[in-house]
Amino acid sequence: MALASAVQNAAARLIVDNVADRKPQLVFQSVSLSFGATEILRDIDLTIGEGEFVCVVGPSGCGKTTLLRLIAGLLKATGGAVAYRGQVHDRPSSDIAVVFQDYANALLPWRTAEGNVSLALEAARKPRRERPARIAELLRKVGLETHAKRFPTEMSGGMQQRLQIARCLAQEPSMLLMDEPFGALDAMTRQKLQDEILAIVSQSNVTTFFVTHDLEEAIYLGDRVVALAPHPGRIAKIFDVSIPRPRDQLTTRETPEFLHLRHKLFTFIREAEA
Amino acid sequence: MTRLRGLALPLALVLMWQIGAATFGVQSDTLSKPSDIAFALVAGLGDGSLLGASVRTLAAAGGGLLIGAALGVLFGLAFGLLPPLSRLMRVTVETLRPIPAVAILPIALLAFGFGYRMEIAIVAFACFFPMMILTEHAIGQIAPRLMEVARVLRLTVAQRVAKIVVPASLPRIFVALRLAAGIALIVAVTVEVTANPMGLGYRLMTAAQSLRPADMFATLIWVGFIGWALNRALLAVEARLFAHAPEA
Repeated sequence: MALASAVQNAAARLIVDNVADRKPQLVFQSVSLSFGATEILRDIDLTIGEGEFVCVVGPSGCGKTTLLRLIAGLLKATGGAVAYRGQVHDRPSSDIAVVFQDYANALLPWRTAEGNVSLALEAARKPRRERPARIAELLRKVGLETHAKRFPTEMSGGMQQRLQIARCLAQEPSMLLMDEPFGALDAMTRQKLQDEILAIVSQSNVTTFFVTHDLEEAIYLGDRVVALAPHPGRIAKIFDVSIPRPRDQLTTRETPEFLHLRHKLFTFIREAEA
Repeated sequence: MTRLRGLALPLALVLMWQIGAATFGVQSDTLSKPSDIAFALVAGLGDGSLLGASVRTLAAAGGGLLIGAALGVLFGLAFGLLPPLSRLMRVTVETLRPIPAVAILPIALLAFGFGYRMEIAIVAFACFFPMMILTEHAIGQIAPRLMEVARVLRLTVAQRVAKIVVPASLPRIFVALRLAAGIALIVAVTVEVTANPMGLGYRLMTAAQSLRPADMFATLIWVGFIGWALNRALLAVEARLFAHAPEA
């Protein structure tokens, strides 16, 4: 048992140590964005590797969500270049899925859980007869298999967010963007969903870009934590998180590395906000 | 219980009217005893004249509603989806919209003569503008997040309209349809009262002109009942169809 986990940790460490060797999937080159005279983002240089879990934190108004919307292709950079797999990236791609914070607005209230997942398959022009099996599989993956016929309004917040995640997975994305996805959920549900998302990500090896205002959540989930500073939004510092995976809500949060990083990140943000 | 209490006052008034008319023996060309009205209503229903007139009025109102609502929804969708088009057409719309539907009666009469077609045209005109404006408004009310989901999923324009825009605005469009159905009935009866020799409005008019107040009031009560029943029926359909819509 101890040996098994030691081997697992060593393997995980190997992966973490290889962060620098990952193939770059998304590259920001001195990207800036302004709405009229208002500068939102300035000089963003960031490379996200394949299969990496990048968390973004920062005070409100620092452009976290704007950065995510740039990657989603919902916004165009006004300066610099965004490249996705070496190509200019300025529009939504079926390869990139977005989990919005306001799940209630992002789901179709007139469709059942099944129907909401189906939307992504319909968008991808998946043949009708192949859909039911795929939908069942995705709902099982997020633990909603017994709620397939329910409408979003009949579900709890956590279930609705799981449903949105299932719809995103239906896209079979190689990159998952999450905009404070668990911000509106209670603490217990949040921890459960954190672990579920870690399990999903490790199974499918999807690259994840995760915006949050919860510093501990960022450390717990991420391979790297990008800290933004506001006015205009810019990258202040990037923290590497070399805590082995799989992570555990109790023990990981008690490790010296976690506490050390937490200390550094809290201090940093406090100084940035001061 | 509250509903029963609400009925107390109208029932008391009718009763007082009946007692008053019976005691003082009111003889009038414009008023009638409630009991006479009730007899006239039963007689009208019995000989089929009231039902026949209802069928004609409802056919004209329904036909006009169908045409006006369909065109209104189509134009509303176009304007809602293409704001520049909406801005371009605004002056035209705002010029035509305030014209009372009944005011186009002479034109419709010239174009179509008496009968269904004229009445349907006027009802359609009356229903068109509210349907168009409320449909456009309904599209404006769709959560911007849903349109972003559509973009992120890369739905085609046709898919966006069919899978997002129409179902998202349908609850509000149905409310508009319910309002338009009320307008359709009002306009149809008005056209029949003023010009078109058919339907409930005409029955109302002839009863008044031939000094049969009981028959006139019976028709009036029947028109009110039809309007009420229509609204109730549409409310029931609405509740069934849009049980899962967060708000209408």
